[in-house]
Amino acid sequence: MLPTWIRHHLAALRALLLFTVLLGVVYPLAVFAVGRVPGLAAKADGSVVTVEGRVVGSSSLGQSFTDADGKPLRQYFQSRPSNAGDGYDPTASSAGNLGPESVVDSTEAPSLLTQVCARSKAVGELEGVSGARPFCTPGGVGAVLAVFGDRAKDGTVPRPTRVVSVNEQEGVAKAPFAATYRGVRVELARVGEDYAKGLVVPIKGDAPARPAVPADAVTASGSGLDPHISPEYAALQIKRVAQARRVAPAQVAALVRNNRTGRALGFMGEPAVNVLTLNIALDRRFPVNGAD
Amino acid sequence: MSNDVAGIVFVGSLVLALAVVYRPLGDHMYRVYAGTRHARVERVLYRLIGVRPDAEQGWAAYARSVLAFSAVGILFLYLFQRVQQWLLLSLGFDAVKPDQAWNTAVSFVTNTNWQSYSGESTMGHLVQMAGLAVQNFVSAAVGMCVAIALVRGFARRKSAQLGNFWVDLVRGTLRILLPIAFVGAVLLIAGGVVQNFGGGDVVRGLGGGQQVIPGGPVASQEVIKVLGTNGGGFYNANSAHPFENGTAWTNWLQIFLILLIPFSLCRTFGRMVGQNRQGYAIAAVMGVIALVSVGLTAVFQALHHGTVPVAVGAATEGVEARFGVVDSAVFAAATTLTSTGAVDSFHDSYTSLGGMMTMINMMLGEVAPGGTGSGLYGMLVLAVLTVFVAGLMVGRTPEYLGKKIGAREVKLAAACFLVTPLLVLTGTAAAMATESGRAGMLNDGAHGFSEVLYAFTSASNNNGSAFAGLTVNTVWYDTALGLCMALGRFLPIVFVLALAGSLARQGHAPASEGTLPTHRPQFVGMVVGVTVVLVALTFLPALALGPLAEGIHS
Repeated sequence: MLPTWIRHHLAALRALLLFTVLLGVVYPLAVFAVGRVPGLAAKADGSVVTVEGRVVGSSSLGQSFTDADGKPLRQYFQSRPSNAGDGYDPTASSAGNLGPESVVDSTEAPSLLTQVCARSKAVGELEGVSGARPFCTPGGVGAVLAVFGDRAKDGTVPRPTRVVSVNEQEGVAKAPFAATYRGVRVELARVGEDYAKGLVVPIKGDAPARPAVPADAVTASGSGLDPHISPEYAALQIKRVAQARRVAPAQVAALVRNNRTGRALGFMGEPAVNVLTLNIALDRRFPVNGAD
Repeated sequence: MSNDVAGIVFVGSLVLALAVVYRPLGDHMYRVYAGTRHARVERVLYRLIGVRPDAEQGWAAYARSVLAFSAVGILFLYLFQRVQQWLLLSLGFDAVKPDQAWNTAVSFVTNTNWQSYSGESTMGHLVQMAGLAVQNFVSAAVGMCVAIALVRGFARRKSAQLGNFWVDLVRGTLRILLPIAFVGAVLLIAGGVVQNFGGGDVVRGLGGGQQVIPGGPVASQEVIKVLGTNGGGFYNANSAHPFENGTAWTNWLQIFLILLIPFSLCRTFGRMVGQNRQGYAIAAVMGVIALVSVGLTAVFQALHHGTVPVAVGAATEGVEARFGVVDSAVFAAATTLTSTGAVDSFHDSYTSLGGMMTMINMMLGEVAPGGTGSGLYGMLVLAVLTVFVAGLMVGRTPEYLGKKIGAREVKLAAACFLVTPLLVLTGTAAAMATESGRAGMLNDGAHGFSEVLYAFTSASNNNGSAFAGLTVNTVWYDTALGLCMALGRFLPIVFVLALAGSLARQGHAPASEGTLPTHRPQFVGMVVGVTVVLVALTFLPALALGPLAEGIHS
């Protein structure tokens, strides 16, 4: 007779092996089998979409519609920014994970604020609207100062001795976004200098609180594979896509409506436009001849 | 419909759905655990396992069975990952490295599902479905076993027995988790969640670039991930990944499944102690805390205070377009109020105060409604502490459900409560004091501290979600967080079972005029108060250094 504690573990091992067979093999295979019925099979296999018999992607997974250099293809609606690998890489689904006060660029990577500002500027230029946003410089980086000097009781620096625009570097930016701050001349940042001792002060500026470039166009999704954009971002892109395809914007707008989903049951989630299926519909209805 | 109204309807519909299933599911679970008849397949299983199903166990034997089953689970899962390169469906991945395999094994056996690995680039299909997903089932079932054993402690009189762990384990798995999981998995497939054994086909996208379409038995694992309040995603992006959570309604369904068993177990508790109103009282405590927390999280996110959210115009960083900010906030609250830890949006990029709410939810001890089973036993421990505090106020011997709460009971309950704060605070302090601990931070300043505090809070409370910027795939974090998960799970379980044993031995003290009624709003309010005050006293200083320092400014 084995000691009790060994018998306990033998029972545990046998239980685990039985559960492994039942829950780890039989159950997933049973779900797989049910997933083979018509109507479910296409979804269980990844909702792939084909163009002329060739699989071009999945309607559930977003894609980049850019050229080899990463420049947006003007004839296609653009997806949101992505942090999955080099962009929309399903082998590396990921979010950016920078926080709400990530405002100072480091030598390795830009802050989340600068990413937002740069995207806003780029989208604004592509779509022919203003890319201005609160807390952004006209050059498309975070408008953030490091303010040096004695701190008051509330933590502010009432009489600064030195002010540096930390995200604008000498040699890259010509002049800081603000000439002076509380009477002190604003300097450009120099490579290698450490401004950690200064008080970080983001400057809101006078850009409208609701910028022309919508929120989802300047933020990455959680998965990096978001297949959708907001109806606002789609609306912003209609003019440019219509121009590239030499059709009337109203015709493109009709296709956008066809690829728009409302809230599920009227209250779940938010309205969204599927970018891949929209672009496929565009190619079918208004083909572009040759590469643009 | 505006976003705000839609969000309110979204929460309201969840409350309604949970209220509708509360009685039928709670009654079903009561019959599962209180029934004396064994199904034929169960008899076969007992014979194969080698246990006598009608022999009951005292608390020590019950605890030994829990620990033995868990220890074997950790060892098995560790070895499984270490040899995956030689197995079927490995997708060409190497063996998981030792520290990460240890961390992952502990993580899944403790119902935490903290993931220092990225699913799509580390784990083959076989390890996922026959290793990780199996623990998703049985770790949830173990939590329910412990909760039921504690309830039996309250319900029984002058008994040395708490039931049979193996019977509770088998029944909870086969009669509760498996049927719901199967139906849920099929629903998820209908919502675009994949279920195949493909290895990732490469396709050429419309723009000319190449893209891999990943595969995997995802739906079968996804459903138990939420139903068992586990939280470990098949892919790195977890429930934000379109192949795990493809539509706004699957998002609703996942939140519903997360909250389903933890809330309904209150009914089971009420039935077992013979007073349904006691179940309603506990459910009310959970409901009040949960609604306030969900509301605050959603409001903080919708108001999008903070530099980057104001620059953007909304807190959409790390949020999927199909879910939107409000529904994502509801998911974030639900996943941290329970021990789930699945995420459909990334908490690291939340507003400072929205992110703080997710931490506070976990710091509450994950009791509103908490994990499958672990939520109920955590909340009952708090109820015991509450009657003790109330007894001190009026100078009478405290009683709960006819059981005297004496020195031994209070010591066990207090010890149970103190485990996680001790792990969270010492763990965070150790990380901040060491080079290896600090090196993991992605963000700097207060937010970097929040990442570390979040990690230890999540691991010690067996949640598993993260401020995911923190680099945790290092020997230091794999080891430290693995220890936190193991101690945070098994120490409270042992204390709870000891408490159950001590309660079961007692007779029944008849209610007198001095007995505090434990089914009235007054008691509900007191338990809520004790829960919140204990947490505020314990964690406020730490929160002040992190999210509060970051979030409170003009």
